[in-house]
Amino acid sequence: MELFYEILVSALLVIAGVFTLIGSFGLLKLDDLMKRLHGPTKATTLGVGAALLASMAFFALFVERLSFHELLVTIFLFLTAPITANMIAKAHLHRHPSAEENLPDTSSDQGWATYHSAPTIKAAELTKES
Amino acid sequence: MIEYALAFALACVALGILLNLARLAIGPSATDRILALDTMVINSISLLILYGVWQSSPMYFEAVLLLAMVGFISTVAYCRYILHGNVIE
Repeated sequence: MELFYEILVSALLVIAGVFTLIGSFGLLKLDDLMKRLHGPTKATTLGVGAALLASMAFFALFVERLSFHELLVTIFLFLTAPITANMIAKAHLHRHPSAEENLPDTSSDQGWATYHSAPTIKAAELTKES
Repeated sequence: MIEYALAFALACVALGILLNLARLAIGPSATDRILALDTMVINSISLLILYGVWQSSPMYFEAVLLLAMVGFISTVAYCRYILHGNVIE
């Protein structure tokens, strides 16, 4: 059983290392910021997630000390990663207004919300419909 | 076996931080550098967790939690500064 625990922790550690490296390599290799945003997401979710699981398993199985602090870090990172990516993408789009041409069509009269303000609905139209 | 896996993971994360440093130096725009810094913070979180396992000490979780929060807030502050020209109105 001891061997099984060792294999479990080792596998989680190797997964954490490999995915962190892949994320950082993607950040360096890809050529456009919007593509580059994909790389670090692997490091955030799988890399840090596997490292935290390995840490939890290690402390529970080998130090006899079960702790759930690590889950706090995982939850915090999972909550904040999309917000960070959104903010970076938005800052990029506003720094380079020409990037709008590369965005997919919204299939409506209204363009992308980050460039155009929301459509205004006049009070008269609302009362007429109801 | 765990020692070898731990050494491998630590080496991978350290190499990842070096790659992030290269992206931070290359740029080319400010948002690229913010993304590189954010990834660097996340890799440092991994590094600290693994170092905690290496030392068999649970002391590093507080540092990890603080680093996660400070990293998130600093990234959002940088982005807001680029978007609005100020951080707090």
